[in-house]
Amino acid sequence: MPWRTVESVLPQGRYYYTGAEAVAEGAIAARCGYFAGYPITPTTEVMEHIAHRFPEVGAVFMQMEDEIASVCSCVGATWAGRKAMTVTSGPGFSLMQEGLGHALMTEAPMVLVDGQRAGPSTGQVTVGAGDVMQARWGMHGGLPTIATAPWSVQEMYDGAIHAFNIAEKYRTPVLVMADAAVMHLRETLEIGAAVELYEREKAPGQPPFGCAAPDGVPPMPAFGEGEKLLVTASTHNEWGFRRTADPETERVLVNRLSNKIMMHVDELAEVEEYYLDDADEAIVAYGFTARAALAAVEELRASGRRVGLMRLRTLWPFPARQVKELGSRVKRILVPEMNLGQMVYVVDATADCEVVPFNQMNGAVIYPSSIVEALWRAA
Amino acid sequence: MSNEWRDYLRPNVTLPFCPGCGHRLLLRHVLTALVELGVDMEKTLFVSGIGCGGWIPSPCINTDTLHCLHGRAIPFAVGAKMANPELTTLVVSGDGDLADIGGNHLIHAARRNHDMTVICANNMNYGMTGGQVCSTTPIGAITHTTPLGNQRRPFDLIALVKGAGAQYAARYLVTEGPALVAAIKRAIEMPGFTFVEAISPCPTQFGRQNKKDSIKEAYAYVESMVVSKDASGKGLSVDADGLLVTGEYVHA
Repeated sequence: MPWRTVESVLPQGRYYYTGAEAVAEGAIAARCGYFAGYPITPTTEVMEHIAHRFPEVGAVFMQMEDEIASVCSCVGATWAGRKAMTVTSGPGFSLMQEGLGHALMTEAPMVLVDGQRAGPSTGQVTVGAGDVMQARWGMHGGLPTIATAPWSVQEMYDGAIHAFNIAEKYRTPVLVMADAAVMHLRETLEIGAAVELYEREKAPGQPPFGCAAPDGVPPMPAFGEGEKLLVTASTHNEWGFRRTADPETERVLVNRLSNKIMMHVDELAEVEEYYLDDADEAIVAYGFTARAALAAVEELRASGRRVGLMRLRTLWPFPARQVKELGSRVKRILVPEMNLGQMVYVVDATADCEVVPFNQMNGAVIYPSSIVEALWRAA
Repeated sequence: MSNEWRDYLRPNVTLPFCPGCGHRLLLRHVLTALVELGVDMEKTLFVSGIGCGGWIPSPCINTDTLHCLHGRAIPFAVGAKMANPELTTLVVSGDGDLADIGGNHLIHAARRNHDMTVICANNMNYGMTGGQVCSTTPIGAITHTTPLGNQRRPFDLIALVKGAGAQYAARYLVTEGPALVAAIKRAIEMPGFTFVEAISPCPTQFGRQNKKDSIKEAYAYVESMVVSKDASGKGLSVDADGLLVTGEYVHA
């Protein structure tokens, strides 16, 4: 069985950690064996923590010459048999898109943590959520991706382990769309005695890039195992041979790459619900903004408004079933975001009720009072 | 030279090169070096970028091969080698791939002294996209993007990687088989970052655009841009006339 239970690396207990430290320790707990990165605010703390900790656990740390080299070396490392991770922020995330596409196309599992800041371009190094659509559509080709949105230090740790597990299970890059506020937040982190890890399935002699099931994930061999792998991000058949002028090979490949995610949305797309049982209004939020949204919901409840919160733990694939169902039982959904409106378009296309954007893109976090005010305005 | 190198070709692969392409000779020299060293092909990784040079290992060589993005072969190779140091790691790619779009990775890999061999198949132009100027095109040469002749200085790749810290650097024409095979063997055996530049005529693009209407003329044209270390006699990797000096350049 691919799942196995292993001891946590840090002793069981309670820690007072930042999100940056927690995501690094989560990667260590997931037995990440290779990290490559390039300094960028607000995620440099992650790579600094890993630079100190990786030698203690026998993992490889590399500071590369740029973000392009960082993500590309992760793909090389994962094909050589180690779990791999990189961490960046907006400008670096843009540079990494082509390398991510190579990981997606060669089905190379890896984890990318994006500590979103205020863009566009170099923008501000403070907080933002401007990359959430880029997480879905940033790579040319437009194939589905997997992206999560942690809101707490606990979820930075647990979410890193989860990201590695689904990256390995689905053989695809997984994007952890954190933000500067969650990175720098310091709060209590509970670490258990053990973690559940998904380990790569091996099947020597089997084709590494194809399988019978239209949504299948082939076994993943590594370099040096005698398989004499032919790995290319050009259109390839099940053995890796380039077939760049054959429509059928491209059709079969991209459909399977899409299906292996989109036919498993129910497993991948997670939400959390707060005060929604009797709600006639809802907030759909993600990341750090969901914390402000929960505080706003509790304040509004105290004044008699029947409002609840659906927190998107997963951004991509979008939790469409849950949001559609929510839209059928509330009259209005407010979508607060630290950008000029991104996920709100997807909520609006999914839910049948009124959908109201609330956007703040000024490099600062959204306060609960702003969300309360926005809901009064919307009423 | 024996034909044993053919055993290292991936089965059922038709070689993808144009008639007269120097890369076909280079493929043979690389495989001959592996044969003569007795390298374990199950623990050997070839990494390549995009372009004609990238097609030398992928799909032709029967080892683990990783075909990468344009310019990024070296960082992919760095990750693989760091993750599994047992892998004999070679990068084979073109001059445009390694020196133009990938130049930053080339100098940093040399500086960090990763234990790998980079073989640059230098055909002096972008062959796969139809023959455009690149950072190794000689001054005066015609390409589709320098219709009046190239006016920009080319890189001296040997000086570049030596300056960046390569442990070993050598340059030979692909027609200098024994010397090139010996250089590739030495590069593989030497620990640290090693670099071999193989000057590889491209009759289809570079030759034809410069009015060299036969394979023979295309080879003569490229050979006229090269001089041996002995004939040059100054120890420089590019001589005063701008000729590329062939030979070995071992870092002290």
